Amino acid sequence: MSVNLTLLSVMGALYACGIYLILERSLTRVLLGLMLLANATNLLILATGGYAGLSPFYSKGTPAQDYSDPLPQALILTSIVISFAVTAFMLGIIYRTWVLARQDEIQDDVEDRRVAETPSFDAEDDAEIPAETSEFPLTMIGSDGRAVSDYATVGAVESAEPTIAAGGKRIPAADAAAEEQPGSQNTTLDPEGGMR
Amino acid sequence: MNIASLAPLAVVLPILGAALTFVLIRHSRAQRAVSIALLSLTLLLECLLLSSVWEGGTAAVNIAGWLPPWGIVMVVDQFSSLMLVVSSAVSLAVLVYATGQGMADGDQDAPVSIFHPTYLILVAGVSNAFLSGDLFNLYVGFEILLTASYVLMTLGGTGPRIRAGVTYVVVSVVSSVLFLISIAMIYGATGTVNMADLAIKLGDLDQGTKTLLHVMLLVAFGIKAAVFPLSFWLPDSYPTAPAPVTAVFAGLLTKVGVYAMVRTETLLFPGDTLNTPLMVAALLTMVVGILGALAQSDIKRLLSFTLVSHIGYMVFGLAMSSAAGLGAAVFYVAHHITIQTSLFLVTGLIERRGGSSSVDRLAGLAKLSPMLALLFFIPAMNLAGIPPFSGFLGKVGLMQAGIELGTPLAYTLVVGGVVTSLLTLLAVARVWNRAFWRKPTDADHPDPVLLADHADSDTGRRGGRNNVVLLPRSMVGSTMGLVVLGVALTIFAGPLFNVADQAATDMLDRSSYIQAVLGEDAPVPQVLTSGGGR
Repeated sequence: MSVNLTLLSVMGALYACGIYLILERSLTRVLLGLMLLANATNLLILATGGYAGLSPFYSKGTPAQDYSDPLPQALILTSIVISFAVTAFMLGIIYRTWVLARQDEIQDDVEDRRVAETPSFDAEDDAEIPAETSEFPLTMIGSDGRAVSDYATVGAVESAEPTIAAGGKRIPAADAAAEEQPGSQNTTLDPEGGMR
Repeated sequence: MNIASLAPLAVVLPILGAALTFVLIRHSRAQRAVSIALLSLTLLLECLLLSSVWEGGTAAVNIAGWLPPWGIVMVVDQFSSLMLVVSSAVSLAVLVYATGQGMADGDQDAPVSIFHPTYLILVAGVSNAFLSGDLFNLYVGFEILLTASYVLMTLGGTGPRIRAGVTYVVVSVVSSVLFLISIAMIYGATGTVNMADLAIKLGDLDQGTKTLLHVMLLVAFGIKAAVFPLSFWLPDSYPTAPAPVTAVFAGLLTKVGVYAMVRTETLLFPGDTLNTPLMVAALLTMVVGILGALAQSDIKRLLSFTLVSHIGYMVFGLAMSSAAGLGAAVFYVAHHITIQTSLFLVTGLIERRGGSSSVDRLAGLAKLSPMLALLFFIPAMNLAGIPPFSGFLGKVGLMQAGIELGTPLAYTLVVGGVVTSLLTLLAVARVWNRAFWRKPTDADHPDPVLLADHADSDTGRRGGRNNVVLLPRSMVGSTMGLVVLGVALTIFAGPLFNVADQAATDMLDRSSYIQAVLGEDAPVPQVLTSGGGR
């Protein structure tokens, strides 16, 4: 079976461009990449059909091997329809992203970022002593095991900040308390109010 | 006339329903009635199919009278009919849940009118994939369900859903392109896409080509089934969709990938060439998935990670390629579809009742709504594999098969499976402790709803009225139905294991499948395994 070299090189080029494009951050380019990949695959299916031959309509005198293989063409037709639907849908999504965020970029998962930045310390599970966030300071056990209170430690000890043992290290109690405040997602708001 | 020849109706009925509900798009009441009626009818038909296949053996239907290997064939064997019944039962429950949610919320939140047609098309795609006896038709089935799932995933078009939808669509399209490339290459190598015909012809290829095609198919299906390291997309995209949509995705879509992997391994490329890499992938899927779950504070994300993790068990059973292992995997698939879906449905209820799905904000739900607590507790323990539930039985089946196999890798996987099971218990127990057990005042920053309810119940005015509004009867009812189905899987585990073992034996034997499609006198090639005695 001989193959059509032009067809194969075009297919290779389409795959290369397609893969390059889907790795971009811009949604429109990703869409173009997906379209190129789909078309490259269509060419591949066509190539598996073997020789170009007569169109596959039955006529009596023609031997079977003179026809082209009709099945790959049917498969390509189906796959064109499918990639058409997906392209239309992606265009819809891109438009919607533009309406919502005024940008044509793939966005990061906020929750993913938050989980990644969460310290391994968990106030409820890991703290030996619960963090005291009340505005009326109570006597607490400090890092050195002695009783400390805000009044006693001010000026008296160098590291006046009460600390908490967590996961083998000590972190300032104020930080641990801030971690537990509503809305502290360790994320910054961008000027337009959305999450980055 | 044989009842098995009605198999195409399992695809046709939902599509018909989709068309009808699309016509009725302005009449939501009629839409609901039509979609629930047609899905129930489909479920009934599939139960009949299962019983007929159980008695009469594998059956094949030639669509439009074209003879196989040329025409499109639909094959009903024990595995596919079992999958059909479980998937339809689950999708019916989710449909009732979703209509309940739509009615309770007055259809404002999401364009629910487009939900019904899309959902029915999804069901049709799933049925088509399960029934298909033809690699290209399997691809079409995948595309039908994926395209429907794109729409469902981005329902309402809010920012987070669009963001999640983009990841999901791009990953799915890439996996579909990989699948299509492997179909093209398989067609180039053998000249057929009929799976029974391929089972005969692929054996004649030389080992290198065979391995290439095998790996390509497994990678394409591995993305869909979310096998590590191809699972990254799932926890990123599933949790943002509406609760019933996440539930049905979690239950069905990955399992269709697992189903396709099972067919690839047993029918197309039998033998044990890729068993070792598959086992390693299974181990990593289990362990990495569950470690991810432990880091999450959002229940939906946590469940998405346990979903990935438990796919590992199924791949483990599949990779053993012994009748015991495969049977246990089939049982585990049926169990996991039911349990994972019911957990996601319960999470939807938790979100409605407690105002959030984050365990940092939830508290004291056990006192507020004991029914909800029970509905969460049973499937959660079931998922973690606490005896006597079906999760335990499925895992025991897998462990037994692993020990029977006796290789060092199999032992490692058995240990990995036990560890994963314990870590799953830890993950769901943390949710239980925080969301249900502790007092609202102990929560770090509880949702105001919970505190208000708590105050109410302290002054003697129980939140009874709230329970009715926040937890509509149809939503609780359908969730309860699924939980009961999960418990029923435990009670009827014996017969179900029989079905699963029989299905596994048939799949490994291959003769009934090939002969059902290609006729009684079709040659059934012998399976060559490299290791003796396995």
